[in-house]
Amino acid sequence: MWEYTDEQRLIDESAAKLLERIYQFEDRKSRLESTGSWSHTVWREFAEMGWLGIHLPEDVGGIAQNIEEVAVLMRQFGRHLVVEPFVPTTVLGGHLLMNGAAFHVAQERLAAIVSGDCQVAVAFSESSNRFHLNRMSTRATSSNGSTFSISGDKSVVLNAKSADVIIVATRTSGADGEERGISLFLVRADSPGVTMTPYRLNDGTHAADVAFRDVHATNEDLIGKLDEGFEPLDSAVDYACVATAAEAVGAMEVIMEMTAEYLKTREQFGRLIGRNQALQFRMVDMHFALEESRSMVAAAMRVLDAATQSRRALVSAMKVRVGDAARKIGQQGVQLHGAIGMTDEYAVGHYYKRLETLRTLFGDPDHHLGRYGIWSQTANDR
Amino acid sequence: MHDITAEDAKFRHEVKTFIRDSFPDELKRKAELGRSFSREEQIDWHKRLSEQGWLAPAWPVEYGGRDWPAHWRYILEDELAIAGCPPTLSFNINMIGPILIAQGTEEQRAKYLPRILSCEDWWCQGYSEPGSGSDLASLSTRAVRDGGEYIVNGSKIWTSGAHHANKMFCLVRTDPNVKPQEGISFLLIDDFNGPGISVRPIPFINERHVFNQVFFEDVRVPVANRVGNENEGWTVAKSLLSHERLGGARTAETRRYLENAKSIASRELDGGERLIDTDWFARRLWRLEIDLIALEQTIFRFVSDVMAGKTLGAETSLLKARGTEVRQGICDLLSDAAGYYGLPFEQDVFAVEQDETYFGAEDLVTLAGERYSSRGGSIAGGTAEVQAMVTAKRVLGL
Repeated sequence: MWEYTDEQRLIDESAAKLLERIYQFEDRKSRLESTGSWSHTVWREFAEMGWLGIHLPEDVGGIAQNIEEVAVLMRQFGRHLVVEPFVPTTVLGGHLLMNGAAFHVAQERLAAIVSGDCQVAVAFSESSNRFHLNRMSTRATSSNGSTFSISGDKSVVLNAKSADVIIVATRTSGADGEERGISLFLVRADSPGVTMTPYRLNDGTHAADVAFRDVHATNEDLIGKLDEGFEPLDSAVDYACVATAAEAVGAMEVIMEMTAEYLKTREQFGRLIGRNQALQFRMVDMHFALEESRSMVAAAMRVLDAATQSRRALVSAMKVRVGDAARKIGQQGVQLHGAIGMTDEYAVGHYYKRLETLRTLFGDPDHHLGRYGIWSQTANDR
Repeated sequence: MHDITAEDAKFRHEVKTFIRDSFPDELKRKAELGRSFSREEQIDWHKRLSEQGWLAPAWPVEYGGRDWPAHWRYILEDELAIAGCPPTLSFNINMIGPILIAQGTEEQRAKYLPRILSCEDWWCQGYSEPGSGSDLASLSTRAVRDGGEYIVNGSKIWTSGAHHANKMFCLVRTDPNVKPQEGISFLLIDDFNGPGISVRPIPFINERHVFNQVFFEDVRVPVANRVGNENEGWTVAKSLLSHERLGGARTAETRRYLENAKSIASRELDGGERLIDTDWFARRLWRLEIDLIALEQTIFRFVSDVMAGKTLGAETSLLKARGTEVRQGICDLLSDAAGYYGLPFEQDVFAVEQDETYFGAEDLVTLAGERYSSRGGSIAGGTAEVQAMVTAKRVLGL
């Protein structure tokens, strides 16, 4: 990875070309200021490029590429601060539907995702479970084993406002913290009993808190088997961790380029500030943090289909390293620019904010350090 | 800050009692939730302090101060900050006040100091310019003499609070043909809201409004409004004594953040455990607390030196840089403690109605915004790098 194949180079170049045309910093800013949200026109362009089905099967209109190609695209999204809901809909939603939904449900929904006509949200976080996917108070209860009633509160659900369908994680049996007993249901966002309050996040994307009250679902709506939803969710989230880490690599690259350029043009005390060794050394630190991030993303891609323990350990290791690098490069990118880096009208701060969001999404470095500790031991014992 | 004598302890108790009786509940609630105070709320609070005689206690008695010893001032500032009271307007009390007392004319003192104590004036500082940040002496806003007035043209940037201010003290170039530091004068702009001056807001990355750019177009300033001699403004601006910079670390405010982190961590859960009971969080918190204690103890030692009659030099310049670093670490910890609730944009959450679906705790809302604001601390008022340069040169002789 990062040494692109011809196929990957093609994706990279076409992404760069389109985004340079429609996603300049000022275009992005004016779109966000006028609508407060992502753009359907841009989404159409993504659909036409085939990106919305990049990793989805050909029989639903996808182009059946692997995580490596998804990462090529994500890096370009990171470079341009794309706010469209590619991660919730295509990456997470697509991955879960492809791997867990009933055949006819998957075919129908995936085709609609590919054509740009279906938005997905995945509701797994709650106010008291922090980043733990195995803890939740949302429950799905059933008296007959075929119909279910879902009740619970989900927090900061990406893309919920725009979603046509929501994949919601529920506990159907077992105790809080157990992996077994978790079930995933696909429900329509306009189902009776679903209410939400949407808001923007600090990086210009949006999310919502969503309440489910006696929301009806059936066996047909299960993603994965009853009580066995944890591993599909965990692997989809790991997949999204890798995709968003590739996005972070793109955002970090831009900060490095902007900052290097600034150090080479800004003069104070009669000379370029980049002549100061203290600042040079800091840039070198940042540069190497970015290099290691690239390496870890590439390493994590190779284990996405490996044994569960190895996958969990290495994805978490990657999240720690990339998350630390994201904060360091984001903060120092602002610092080395000085006051202008603190302003909303200048791009570097927007990259920093995006990096802070990516650092937190699907678990911050403190969380993944703990997860690494658990699964690296298990992986070694085997 | 530690109390040295029984009298100090008694004084601290007096301050606590005053805050308990005078700090309004609605402001206290705002402080607990990390909300910012309006201009009016800040002025009202300043008036209360002024009535108590505690607005500018470090000033000499003849100008309305109390001539307090250095450590009493820190006891007061400590207690005010820990309680979350609106911060004292530093440009008024710690900058222009002391500058006028030391360098102003008797007319200037008589005209401006009472208005500061009565909270009629809100001063801002016009130092930085687009091309002159760390290298302030290269500034180019021009003031040309025309009879009894200067005509000022140019622009100031990163002007904190200019949108609230009705007065500005600033550095202007009066002689472009000498060494940069030797052609600068210090002017007081009386009619800051008057003709020729425009203020453009420059929102922060968290969309909070602190910074502004200020433009001067043929602004007329009487020569009587110059502090110090013409072309000696650099010396005037630099005249603040180093012990007056001891407050730059703002440790009491940081301690409040730390207490806030403890209270949030006693409630938020991680894997069924309270955050404060998890090893990873507790150790991050304790390390930051020890950072803060080490800094507080250092300031305490410096204050004791000042009380013993010692003159402090450039060693104080690192206090602000270190204080900012510790505060930034705690701001990161706080927003990390919020987990997913560190992501929502605060202004959108403020707009959420009581009966709407929102499950995040109220005191988490501003934590991310505060983290973004905290990044400005190592840039404003001299970057961390400039403070380190000063220390390397003047303290270590490198």
